[in-house]
Amino acid sequence: MNIHEYQARELFAKFGVATQPGSVAFTPAEAEKIADQFKEKIVVKAQIHAGGRGKGTFTNGFQGGVHLCDSPAEVKELAEKMLGQVLVTHQTGPEGKEVGKIFVGEAVDIEREMYFAILLDRATSAPIVIASTEGGVDIETVAEKTPEKIVRIGVNPCLGLMPYQIRQIGALLGLSGPLLKQASKLFSALYKLFIDCDCSMVEINPLVVTGKGELLALDAKFGFDDNALYRQPEILAMRDKTEEDPREVAASDFALNYIGLDGDIACLVNGAGLAMATMDIIQYAGGRPANFLDVGGGATKEQVTAAFRIILSDKNVKGILVNIFGGIMDCNIIATGIVEAARETALSLPLVVRLEGNNVEAGKKTLAESGLTLITGENILDAAQKVVAEVKKAA
Amino acid sequence: MAILVTPETKILIQGITGSFGARHAQLSLDYGTQVAAGVTPGKGGQMFAGTVPIFDTVSEAVRETGATVSAVFVPPPFAADAILEGVDAGLDLVVAITEGIPVNDMVKVKLAMAGSKTRLIGPNCPGVVTPGSGKDSHGGCRIGISPGYIHKQGNVGVVSRSGTLTYEAVWQLTTRGYGQSTCVGIGGDPVNGTSHEDVLKMFNDDPETEAIIMIGEIGGTAEEEAAAWAKEHCKKPIAAFIAGATAPPGRRMGHAGAIVSGGKGTAAAKIDALKDAGIAVAATPADMAETLIRHWGR
Repeated sequence: MNIHEYQARELFAKFGVATQPGSVAFTPAEAEKIADQFKEKIVVKAQIHAGGRGKGTFTNGFQGGVHLCDSPAEVKELAEKMLGQVLVTHQTGPEGKEVGKIFVGEAVDIEREMYFAILLDRATSAPIVIASTEGGVDIETVAEKTPEKIVRIGVNPCLGLMPYQIRQIGALLGLSGPLLKQASKLFSALYKLFIDCDCSMVEINPLVVTGKGELLALDAKFGFDDNALYRQPEILAMRDKTEEDPREVAASDFALNYIGLDGDIACLVNGAGLAMATMDIIQYAGGRPANFLDVGGGATKEQVTAAFRIILSDKNVKGILVNIFGGIMDCNIIATGIVEAARETALSLPLVVRLEGNNVEAGKKTLAESGLTLITGENILDAAQKVVAEVKKAA
Repeated sequence: MAILVTPETKILIQGITGSFGARHAQLSLDYGTQVAAGVTPGKGGQMFAGTVPIFDTVSEAVRETGATVSAVFVPPPFAADAILEGVDAGLDLVVAITEGIPVNDMVKVKLAMAGSKTRLIGPNCPGVVTPGSGKDSHGGCRIGISPGYIHKQGNVGVVSRSGTLTYEAVWQLTTRGYGQSTCVGIGGDPVNGTSHEDVLKMFNDDPETEAIIMIGEIGGTAEEEAAAWAKEHCKKPIAAFIAGATAPPGRRMGHAGAIVSGGKGTAAAKIDALKDAGIAVAATPADMAETLIRHWGR
């Protein structure tokens, strides 16, 4: 799950992580009112779940999703050009994202930019802090070109981030005196936030020293552990479904695991590993997968029908591959579900089905007697080759 | 011998009265597995299926029945507690089937288990099967949610992060006449109890295992670590398959651990490491058993 920048700042405020003053506005009037309280320049940032906002373009021709203003009146004017408009960045795709809210904050006089992140290190099964003197740039590039500018410090989950570790990070970042005191407070607060909110990642880029000698977390990226959301109602409430792929939202309502891709062959599979492998084999057979879709181990008829609807809502889809290994799940139940779903959705695209496992003979019989024009695959590769051939034939 | 469990192993099931746990407890009984006890707090004294005594605590179940291995079917919010209860009771092996345990809980569990004699497999895994000698491998030890009948007693070890891909590999082996020593699902979470490398070591030391299928997927570096170990130490032929070559970076593909992040954990990097270690990599999931058979020369 992702959150907006302004929501990240709300979490900062709650946990005592120093950041620039500001808040979110949904209307130009609100934006002006927030700007009124600032004496310095004012920064205005479009709130969408995508990077590259500064260099983005609105579909109304207005340039840039991040601006610096001199007066509240200018903020209001700017807000009118941004709110309700669609912003296209290199991460949104050509369709862009509608901007429903903007962040209005006091501009900061940046003296120095750094990088600070906490994430889960899989190799040690513990949190790890990554810090660098190089902020405001892509950390992976820094890691590749100047690895000596990055420090990685493992945290014992029992102890948390220790004061000596904070001093080590401070030394690398060149923070001493009053700045080290601020760093100690900021890093400790951020670690507490990371643990208490079940984050999988908190990335501060940049962490800045201002002209006034303040240490501030200027921009943040959060990742949350989906498994822990049941005990994080406050985080869950920050979910913005309008930022998500509507097909993925619909799938989650039916406890299906769907991820949209840009190919033209849809697949419906039981099990996450097999679903990934099915996408791979479609590509291997010369096609392009349109999605990842795991219907789970005990899919019901309703879930299978919902899955078909979601698949068919993707206009790029030209063919469907169903790949089921019914270990314990009865293949005949799945076959019945497929037949009903195909009828209900008046399916006209080529459908290739590969069924294997428990009660497979009955399942194949159900499919054969359904009167549907579907194609049977003998094994996964055969099924993939058949659906790719059908799609090419239709093109 | 097989690894981890044998047909004689006595198992207990934590969460035996829940619908998921009960269903699979029954399937294990039907398979001929020695299900010695169930544990559901508050239901001690009752019986499951008329034959399996239920206890309030794991330690009572162990004391009364001699069970040495547990399968955890407890819902995510209570699963970490259930795993550590099994560790505290001195079990040899705890197999956590539960999907959806918060990562922070597993981080604590791993830390708390350090130095204990208990091995953890999972969470978010299909479990462990050592096939039996009866019809459709009946009489084996089935812990978890795998379909028992697809197995066949034999000499191929299977280790995997994915349930259905394990079933694919096992079924491909069985239908070609190749049986399995033990099949281990290590689970799809980023923090788990037992790694590919741990299981490869056990297979390497097991006289009954003659060849190995290892199934991995995108995310993390566990496959690379296993490959590095195998290159130096493994005496047995290994075939592998890695799922997720077409997965978009930064997206979690169903399993909590299946994610390419920061350019790390790609299928290509894993396949390179496996090939470098002399492991035969199947080009497609349809080809797992054939790849092993060719590489093995049997």
